[in-house]
This record gives sequence, C-alpha cells and structure tokens, in this order.
Amino acid sequence: MKLSVWTYEGPPHVGAMRVATGMTDLHYVLHAPQGDTYADLLFTMIERRDHRPPVTYTTFQARDLGSDTADLFKTACEDAYARFQPQAMIVGASCTAELIQDDPGGMAETMGMPIPIVPLELPSYQRKENFGCDETFFQLVKALARPVEKTEAITANLIGPTALGFRHRDDITEVTRHLEEMGVGVNVVGPMGATPEDLTRLGAAHFNVLMYPETAESAARWMERELGLPFTKTVPIGVGATRDFLEEVSGITGLPVRTDESRLRLPWYSASVDSTYLTGKRVFLFGDGTHVAAAARIARDEMGFEVVGLGCYNREQARNIRRVAKDYGVEATITDDYLEVEAAIEAAAPEMILGTQMERHIGKRLGIPCAVISAPVHVQDFPARYAPQMGFEGANVIFDTWVHPLVMGLEEHLLHMFREDFEFHDEAGPSHHAAHAPAPRPAEPAHEGGAAPRPAAPDSPRDISTQEEGPAAAGGIEIVWRPAAEKELKKIPFFVRGKAKRNTEAFARERGVAEIDVDTLYEAKAHYAR
Amino acid sequence: MTESFTPPPAAGCRDTPVLKERGQREVFCGLTGIIWLHRKMQDAFFLVVGSRTCAHLLQSAAGVMIFAEPRFGTAILEEGDLAGLADAQEELEREVERLLDRRPDIRQLFLVGSCPSEVIKLDLSRAAERLTQRHAPRVRVLNYSGSGIETTFTEGEDACLASMVPVLPETDRRQLMLVGALPDVVEDQALDLLEKLGVGPVTVLPAARASDQVAVGPNTVVALTQPFLGETLSALERRGARHLAAPFPFGEEGTTAWLRAVAQEFGVSEERFEEVTAAPRARARRAVAQAAETLNRRSLFFFPDSQLEIPLARFLTRECGMEAVEVGAPYINKQVVAPDLDLLAEGPVISEGQDVDLQLDRCRAARPDLTVCGLGLANPLEAEGLTTKWAIELVFTPVHFYEQAGDLAGLFSRPIRRHDLLKLEAAE
Repeated sequence: MKLSVWTYEGPPHVGAMRVATGMTDLHYVLHAPQGDTYADLLFTMIERRDHRPPVTYTTFQARDLGSDTADLFKTACEDAYARFQPQAMIVGASCTAELIQDDPGGMAETMGMPIPIVPLELPSYQRKENFGCDETFFQLVKALARPVEKTEAITANLIGPTALGFRHRDDITEVTRHLEEMGVGVNVVGPMGATPEDLTRLGAAHFNVLMYPETAESAARWMERELGLPFTKTVPIGVGATRDFLEEVSGITGLPVRTDESRLRLPWYSASVDSTYLTGKRVFLFGDGTHVAAAARIARDEMGFEVVGLGCYNREQARNIRRVAKDYGVEATITDDYLEVEAAIEAAAPEMILGTQMERHIGKRLGIPCAVISAPVHVQDFPARYAPQMGFEGANVIFDTWVHPLVMGLEEHLLHMFREDFEFHDEAGPSHHAAHAPAPRPAEPAHEGGAAPRPAAPDSPRDISTQEEGPAAAGGIEIVWRPAAEKELKKIPFFVRGKAKRNTEAFARERGVAEIDVDTLYEAKAHYAR
Repeated sequence: MTESFTPPPAAGCRDTPVLKERGQREVFCGLTGIIWLHRKMQDAFFLVVGSRTCAHLLQSAAGVMIFAEPRFGTAILEEGDLAGLADAQEELEREVERLLDRRPDIRQLFLVGSCPSEVIKLDLSRAAERLTQRHAPRVRVLNYSGSGIETTFTEGEDACLASMVPVLPETDRRQLMLVGALPDVVEDQALDLLEKLGVGPVTVLPAARASDQVAVGPNTVVALTQPFLGETLSALERRGARHLAAPFPFGEEGTTAWLRAVAQEFGVSEERFEEVTAAPRARARRAVAQAAETLNRRSLFFFPDSQLEIPLARFLTRECGMEAVEVGAPYINKQVVAPDLDLLAEGPVISEGQDVDLQLDRCRAARPDLTVCGLGLANPLEAEGLTTKWAIELVFTPVHFYEQAGDLAGLFSRPIRRHDLLKLEAAE
C-alpha cells in the first residue's frame, strides 16, 4: 500500500476513455462498479465537452456480485451496440472489475458482434493513465490498420492527441499549419477526431508525426515495423525544437524546409532588453516527460533561465528525463509522489516553477511563482482561446505564460532598493496578481535564530511527508544566524533569499563555521558569484 | 396556522407506484461524502483503502480543497497487496502508524472501504479494532464502506455516521439529537431556533470534535436533517432512540413542519411556536417569492443523485410553483421520506434506481424547463438545449432552514435566469 493525497495520473481505464472520447464512432464498454462514472465529468466539465463520453459502464453493485456480473456485461455490450451503432468497440475492466475476473475481452469475442471488438488488458494495480492511452491506441491501430496504397501527395498522420490532453486541440492546428507550409498534407489525426474507419487508412500516409510519445509511441513503433511508416522523434515544442522538427520532416520527405517565421515572436521578445532580467532566473521543471524535456530546452536556450531541477511523474519517460537532467547538470526527480516533488522544490529553492496543476499549489504554499506546462491540469487550462504549445504560435504562448507570473523588471529593482514600503513589499507578491498573490512564506528559521525547528503546522499536508527540514538536518553542525546577519539576509529580495540562505549555510558548514555573521554572508556571496 | 401554505394535496405520492430501474447508473460512490465530512469533523482523518481510481475520484471531486489542509488520503492497493491478505493487514497498520505519527492532531480515524477492498474482502473492521486497541485512548479508529457497490454519493455520510453510533456513550437523558452534517452557520441557526422554542438539551451528530460529548439512549429523540440517513437512524433505533418523522427542513413550509414536529414532541405551546417562527417565516417567504417568479409553472425533472430529490421536489412544487415531471432518487427510504411524499401532489413519476439511457430518453421526450442532474450529464443536456441545475451544488451549499430558503430557490432560478440573460444565439 502507498499513501497518496494526490495522484498525477488516473487509473489506466481513464486513459482508455481519453482515447475513446477523443475518437468518434467508437464505443467503450467498461466493466466497472457503480460510481466509476465520475470519470465522465473529467470530459464534460474539465474539457467542457458537449456530449457524454462514448462509454457504457456496467455499474455493478454488491447485490450483483453473486453470479450475474458476466451477464450484466453482456447485456451492456448488446445495449450499447444497439443504441449507438458504433463502427468498433473496445471493452475492458476497471480496477474492481479486474478483481472479479469476468474476462470482458473473452466474453465480447464470443458474442458475435458484426463490428470489430478490441479487448483491452489494462493492469490497474501496476500501470496508470498514460499507459492506458498508449496501450488502447496501440491495440486499436493493431486491430484496424492495414497496409494500403500511399497517398499520391506526401502526407503524414498526426498521432497522439487525445481527449483531456493538455492543449492537444490547438497543437493539432499548429502542427498541421507547419506541415502545410512545407507541402505535407495530413492523412489521419488520431485518436483525436478519428473514426475506426479512419484508422484503417493510417498506412496511406508517408510517415507519422508522433506528437505525444506518452500516448502513441507504441502505435508509432508498430506502424514503423508493420506498415513501414517512419515517425518523427522531435516534439516541436519551442523554437529550436520546431526548427529541428521541420528539419526532421525534411529528412524524411526530401522536401526543403519552408516556414513562415513572420509570426514567430519569442526570439525577439526574449532578445529585447526588457527580458534581460530573466537571465539566470532559477526554474524547477516538473510534469510529463515530453513537456519537461521540451520546457528545459526552452528555459535554458530560449529564455536564458537556469534549470535548477527537473523531473517527471511518468516512469515510461524516466530514461529520457535522466538523460536530459544530466545534460543540465541536475538530479532528475522521477516520482509520482507529490510530497517528494514538494521536497525537491523546497530543496532547490527556485524562483519559478514550471509544472502541473499540483506544482501550482506547491508554488502557492511556498510563495514561488508558477506556470503550467503539463497535464494534469484543471479547467482553466482548457482555454477558449487559441493556445497551442507546439510550433511558432506555441512558442509565443509559452513566452507570455512563463513571464506572466514573475515580478516585472522595474518592480524587482525597486523591491531591491527600498524594502520598507507598506504596500509594495516582499510578501505582497507580483503587483499585477493582486488576487492571486502568493501566501506569505511561513516564518523562516532565520527569523527565529538559525536552525530552530520550523514550528509544526499540524494541519498542513506537508506533515505527511518529510519531518526533518532545515539546515540542521543536512549537516552535522548546528548553524546559528547572528541577529545582524539575519537582518542583512532579509534585505535580499525574497525570490532569491532562499537560495542565499542555503548557500551561506553550505559555505559556513564547509568551513566549520557555526555562527553566521554579516561577513560570512558576503564571503559566501563572493564565493558563489560567477 | 398554516394558511400561507398551499393546502396539502388530497392524495400525496406516498402510495404512488415507484418506477424501479436497473441499468447504468450515473452517480457518485459514497467516498465523495468524505469531501464535506472531513471539513465538518475537525479532528477526524479519512483513510480510504482502495485503488488509484478512488484517489483519482477524490481529487477530481475535491478540486482545490485537497490542498487546504486535507484530512483524507488513499492507501492505494498495489499488486503485492492483492496476493496475500495477511500482508495487506500489516501494510495497513504500517501506513496508519506512519500517518498517526505525523498527524498528532487526529483523534478519530476512519478506515473507509472501497470497491476493491470490499471485493477482496479486506477486513477493515478487524483492522479498526486492532488499531483502536493500539492507539487508545488518543485515537479512535472506526471503519465504514464508501464503496460504489454499496453506497451512492450521500450514503457515504450515512455509513460514516452509522459507524459511530455503536461506540457512542449511553445516556438516559431526555434529549433531542439532530442527525446530519450541516454547514456551521445552518447548524447554529437550527440550534438557536430550538433554544428559543425551549427545546433542549440538543446534541448534534456528527459533532465537530471527538471530545464533544454525544451520547444516545432510550430517551433520545432523533430528528434527521438529511433524508439519506436511513442506516444511521436504524443504528440509533437499535440503541433505543426514537425517530421523529417530519418533512425535511427545506423552505419555509418544510422548516416549519420540521420544527413543529419537534415542538409538539417537546410540548412547546402554540403561542410560543408562533412567536419564535413568525418573523423568520415571513422572511423566508419573501426571499423565496423573488426566485419563485422565475420558477412558477416551469416543469422540473430530477435525475437520481443524493436522495434530496423528493424533499426538494416538494419544496419546488409547493413553494415555488414548479411542476414536477419525474422525481428520480437513487434510493427511497419510505420511513424517512413519507412525510415529504404526503405533501408532494400526485402527478410526477417517482423513480428509484436508474437506467441512464432510458431516463435520458424520458427526459428528452418531456423537455422539462429545468433538469436537475449530475455534472456528467449537465453540459451534454445543455448542448441539447435543456436548462440544467447540477445536483452536487445542493450538497455543497447551505440550503436548510428559514434563512437559506431564498438561496435554495435561487439555486434553481439562477440557470433559468442565465439562460434568459445570455443573448449569444441572437448575436451569431
């Protein structure tokens, strides 16, 4: 057993629902207990879909558990087919149904339905939502895609976008536009928007654009092997990545790279002097592997940030993320434990977090600005406006999104110069976010004289995680801040104060200094200056 | 004395044949009760023993709240736990140990059963006993099931409260017990009204803290404030308590009838009753009247969700002039809702259980002016041109008693007013 307050991913059958809901004319019969229909509202509320997900649940109850759950499933399949007349169905079990072992796949095969039935094996106690997406799409493609004649013109399939995907809707539009500029047509987009019949025509494309490895890599590999479709390895999030992606497409198709850069604004915005203060901003990245790897490159190479930590929650991407982390000289945080992420962020003391919905709340608690770069996300990250992450417009969106939470340049200078202003002070946060100002930081140990233990906040969820915090836990020596040094520390702007404090303590510990005075503080500052 | 009310119908719905359906049910499981129970019970922690699905449900339902001092979590079963049950018991004890070490403020711990834990027959009641022994007297460990296979939405609260009843201390005191987790402001108003009527002593289940003395015995009279508390009522009756049947305190009429039942039981004079209730009744009437203008003569369709449907249909038809087409409830406990059924005029289909596709067919055929349904159906029905009121809000808003009568009516009139307000189609 594992205690959890937050899960980054749902169970795998939610992934299967994302595929089914993204597609049309496909129905999903899910053997599941009453109550599992809560998943419908992920689609009807968070994504604001205007129709019910194409999912029939058996919703068995305790009284059904005797013998007739298998019948219940059969009836549900028959009713679903009769009512919805889909082109194909997928059938599977949720975590509870997995335990009662009715074998939905086997049963459905014996029912003699006139349409393809694709059984799903989704191990709920081992795997998670993204696996569910990937596996479901893979099984569908395997069952339906056949070698067919290639289209005359050069075309690509866009594979990976699903329902409930972070900005999938607009990424499709943006990538389609880039391909069109190069003279590449789009054959099939799937799962999002495709019918089962469309999937039979996947082989007509000349290559696949793997938009999201999390949700479609297995299908891409299968199509490469069985249908001879190469797939792109670069995910076009960020300016550099988009250019690399276009080169890759050029390599596959033999077409020259052609693109309209007139709409790309990130490079100029980032080069303009107003952005100088972004240089070396310390950021922590967390999310799914694909978005984190892309964000790391943008952060360092296109925004001039310093990446001080990164990680992902989906173990499928662990190897890739470890490689990226190595390149950036940081330790990868590969975990699906929200409290571990919180601890890693606290330890890295970044000036900004780029993460998921959960990191937003970590940021809120720690008083660190945050922007969302990856699922899981809430309703506000399924916006009405055009808001891709991919391609050139995606880069524009990313520039705005990431800069927005930060204190603006002049404000930052003024905070540095004058500290006593009664309304314009550290704890007030960026002045353009009055309603969302970060909570004041909890009293720092420094305020109470060095390594005093942080007072227990019994109701804080943080209590469930790490006990030992503060500098005393890490080293052997009890470090004490002298009042004057403490006062001096407070003069450092709040967004870098955490780092300054940690650096000074590390500096003192290395030299066996137990008491930090003003000189120690400035010695450390000089030592770490670059 | 009841001249302001619509006269009671000649024949209510008490004996109306109930349409019982089985099929796909679009409802929450009882785990969702944790979302409001953990705010109400200040020193309790709710540990769900379940799967990732359970944790996902809680966080999807809890939205932003999970970050503001969550006093709930999920012990997610893993492969290994399914293999050997003995291990699962040990694992559970270890998780609880770690949790209690970190949360010294916890006085009551609920081990909450889920579908997976019930299906593999993980014996949480034994675990609760063992853990109580180990952590007594500081922490009391109880268990109940919030699984979807056994409970629907608000029934989770019922199961939770019922689990507390056997361990309540015994008392011979003649007392009134209010049962049901109400918002603090509503609870205070109710207690204030009862005090003014001279009814007392009054205890409330659940109490905000474990240390608040709640006892039960043969001289306890139970007034339910929520219709979904059948199991808790049975458990209290087994302890000798007596049920006070009454309509539920929604709207002016419901609140008056509820209070009157209590007043009669405790021998409150008619003069005093009038004196205490006259002003708030007039206030409630005025407040309801505003929303009723919008609601009057509009048709109403309830999908099953919380068991609040019958009392609310009674309020909306009698005090707001609506016309009920169908009143669906996940479960109908006749003992509990009979007084409300008596007041609900004959006409609507009363349905219990659900086959969602068939019910949707009926709803589309009826094209009601307002459909009360869950969030899984609300937007899809709106897209079909049906105005909806999403039902979960009725559990997450203060709606009981006089001072909230206007707000309650407002919850239903708001979607209709919004529909009339938006001029989007014209603009296109």
